Amino acid sequence: MSPETTTPVLLVEGLRKIYPAPTPQAEAVEAIRDLTFSIPQGQLVCIVGPSGAGKTTLLKCIAGLLPATAGRLELEGKAITGPPKTMAVVFQEYGRSLYPWMSVQANVELPLKAAGLSKTERRERSTDALEAVGLSDAADQYPWQLSGGMQQRVAIARAVAYRPQILLMDEPFAAVDAQTRADLEDLVRKIWKELGVTVLFVTHDIDESVYLGQRVIVLSNRPTVVQDDVTIDLPDERDQLSTRSDPRFVELRHHIYGEIQRAKGNRGGDEQAASA
Amino acid sequence: MKFLKAAFFLLALPVVLVLLWWVSTMVNPTFFVPSPGELVGTFFDTWFGERFTNDLLPSLGRLSLGIIGSVVVGVGLGLLIGSFRPLRQLLEPLLEFFRAIPPPVLLPLLMIVMGVNWRMQVFVIIFGSLWPVLLNTVEGVRATDEVQRDTARSYGLGRMARLRYLILPAAAPQILTGVRQSLSIALILMVISELFYTSSGLGFTIVQFQRNFAIPEMWSGILLLGLIGLALAVLFRYVERYILRWYHGLREVQRES
Amino acid sequence: MTALLNTVSEVRRLRRRTSSSPQAALLGAAGVVGFLVLWELVSRLGLVDSRFVPPASDVLVRFGQYVVDRAFWRDVGDTMLSWSLGLLIAVVAATVLGFLIGSSRFLERLTHSTIEFLRPVPSVALIPLAVLLFGVKIQAGLLLIVYAAFWQVLLQVIYGAKDVDPVADATARSYGLSRFQRIRYVMWPTALPYLMTGIRLAAAVALILAITAELIIGTPGLGKQIAETREGGAITSMYALILATGLIGVAINLVVRFFERRTLRWHTSVRMEVAG
Repeated sequence: MSPETTTPVLLVEGLRKIYPAPTPQAEAVEAIRDLTFSIPQGQLVCIVGPSGAGKTTLLKCIAGLLPATAGRLELEGKAITGPPKTMAVVFQEYGRSLYPWMSVQANVELPLKAAGLSKTERRERSTDALEAVGLSDAADQYPWQLSGGMQQRVAIARAVAYRPQILLMDEPFAAVDAQTRADLEDLVRKIWKELGVTVLFVTHDIDESVYLGQRVIVLSNRPTVVQDDVTIDLPDERDQLSTRSDPRFVELRHHIYGEIQRAKGNRGGDEQAASA
Repeated sequence: MKFLKAAFFLLALPVVLVLLWWVSTMVNPTFFVPSPGELVGTFFDTWFGERFTNDLLPSLGRLSLGIIGSVVVGVGLGLLIGSFRPLRQLLEPLLEFFRAIPPPVLLPLLMIVMGVNWRMQVFVIIFGSLWPVLLNTVEGVRATDEVQRDTARSYGLGRMARLRYLILPAAAPQILTGVRQSLSIALILMVISELFYTSSGLGFTIVQFQRNFAIPEMWSGILLLGLIGLALAVLFRYVERYILRWYHGLREVQRES
Repeated sequence: MTALLNTVSEVRRLRRRTSSSPQAALLGAAGVVGFLVLWELVSRLGLVDSRFVPPASDVLVRFGQYVVDRAFWRDVGDTMLSWSLGLLIAVVAATVLGFLIGSSRFLERLTHSTIEFLRPVPSVALIPLAVLLFGVKIQAGLLLIVYAAFWQVLLQVIYGAKDVDPVADATARSYGLSRFQRIRYVMWPTALPYLMTGIRLAAAVALILAITAELIIGTPGLGKQIAETREGGAITSMYALILATGLIGVAINLVVRFFERRTLRWHTSVRMEVAG
């Protein structure tokens, strides 16, 4: 199945995003200069880059929450003009993404309710999703009664129950402790495999990106362009201990780390333009 | 032991004050202040006869209508105005102005325009007490968390759904703060609306007592108003605690961290 | 620490409230003008009985006449006199009492039930009493004003005193500071923003009660004038006076908020020192 013959799930071409100047004295900020990549169906892609590289901006543009200044953004062949119906997003700030006035189960069911699903169907999907993330017991609790890691699982369950075509995750485990993060990473891979969903995973953690992804896209510093596109040729079956000590893992990690260091030092788009 | 301690703090000062009051009326009886015993007796005699149905209940009825009206109008308008920034900017100076008008001042005006009847009285209560609700609702809507908003949008929640499941519950703590303020204003306006050209109601009755120098009865009226105010406050606290169970739980957790 | 954060968020909230962009100012002005035009039309076209709703232009003219009338300003002065006097008494009494109560757990618990009982008593309930004691002299109004304003300030000061950073307080105690010193150096800075909030609320309430007392009891001032216009059937004058009271209310609000912001800004820097 070559990428050329099937439509990629996500197409990003020449994406550009400029934030207008907030006051006449300030300058406009060119967050993203030119991003071009495409993602085939069912791939797990990680996006890394130095801080300020516009990772979150990119994600918001793809999620339809922020309009792009220029460029093409297509989901399954259709232009993205607003939040697409077949996309689900897991935000970094789980504490602010789950609604504290609803129980865990109600939170998971909310998008389904808005989509008009029947009560039984909603209940069925949410129960399955909570089970998939290991939180069946917490269904009637409230988000603020749970730990950070558990809250993020609820957010993931909510996305899973929604049955999206593509799942966006914006540094979801940045605010979670290392032990929990390892469990959550494995959870993401498990869900990805079980549902066959396309995943776009933004992170600043290089190890995480190599561990999780089939492919890692490295972004440059602002104004952002694609610095590197790395295929992760690690085996499909991964686990925290053996995979992370695999020599190929170390090589890939090393390579990406080097790219990021390069990206940090320069202003990405300007460097490319200068070398052209 | 804990119960005793709580009881002590609850009653100690009030009991002391009442005792002081009693002693001073025994030692130095004055026309202006009845003794505690006299007051209690008068209280029951005055208000639990026919005045209960002729004055007390109608007043409470108008008060309730006024409160409900101010909440409905305040929240409804507040949601509307808070959701559209240009609308809010358009109306902001006007709202600031109307809010600053002391509500009793409108009474003479409304008396002329609407005549003196219960509709006018309820209208005064609503107009005067909706402002805290309105302004707090607008503020609450404005302060909706960005991430929560993004979540709703990305999951395709329509405008109505967002209002019902996100904006309204999120703004509830703020709105209820406004409701509490409006309760005290509503009570004040209820009394004031009954002071002119009416022939029934709590305010009217109490003023009549004063004019006829029926002092213990007058004080009993003041006591009654105080009790109504207290009852409203207590009732509100229960309602608030019920509606905002989640909020109190959340804050508790935040405080511990 | 949380107290400091509250202060910072207070400053932000105060700043945010005045949406001072040129667009906001323009729209706001447009709103006022639009309202006046609507009013004028509704009245002139006979959509409402113009006996009850005189045209805006008539009211504004009458208002202009008042502005150049010395008697009007005398009434304004009377109202302002009882307002400011009542406010001053209430603020001083409530501040002193509030700090005393707030600085001692014992006192606070002792007075809690009494305060909670007396607080909801509507000040208008005291009107008969005020009339009985003072007739139509200014003291009648003062009784009402002080009573209503007192509670606003008292409660805020107690909240403020309670909000003291426990670490700062414990440190002060361990250094053997007397109660008065603790109040002055630790409690006062913490409670200041609360006090300002209390003053703002009390100022508004004091105005309402001042006018109400004049309206109902007949103490000298604008409220009494309004009552007289009603008796004389001078509707346009009544509207003009109502306009005047509204404008005074807005002016008081602006002045108090200005001081509140100044105090808070100066104060944040002071607080940083206390916390350190």
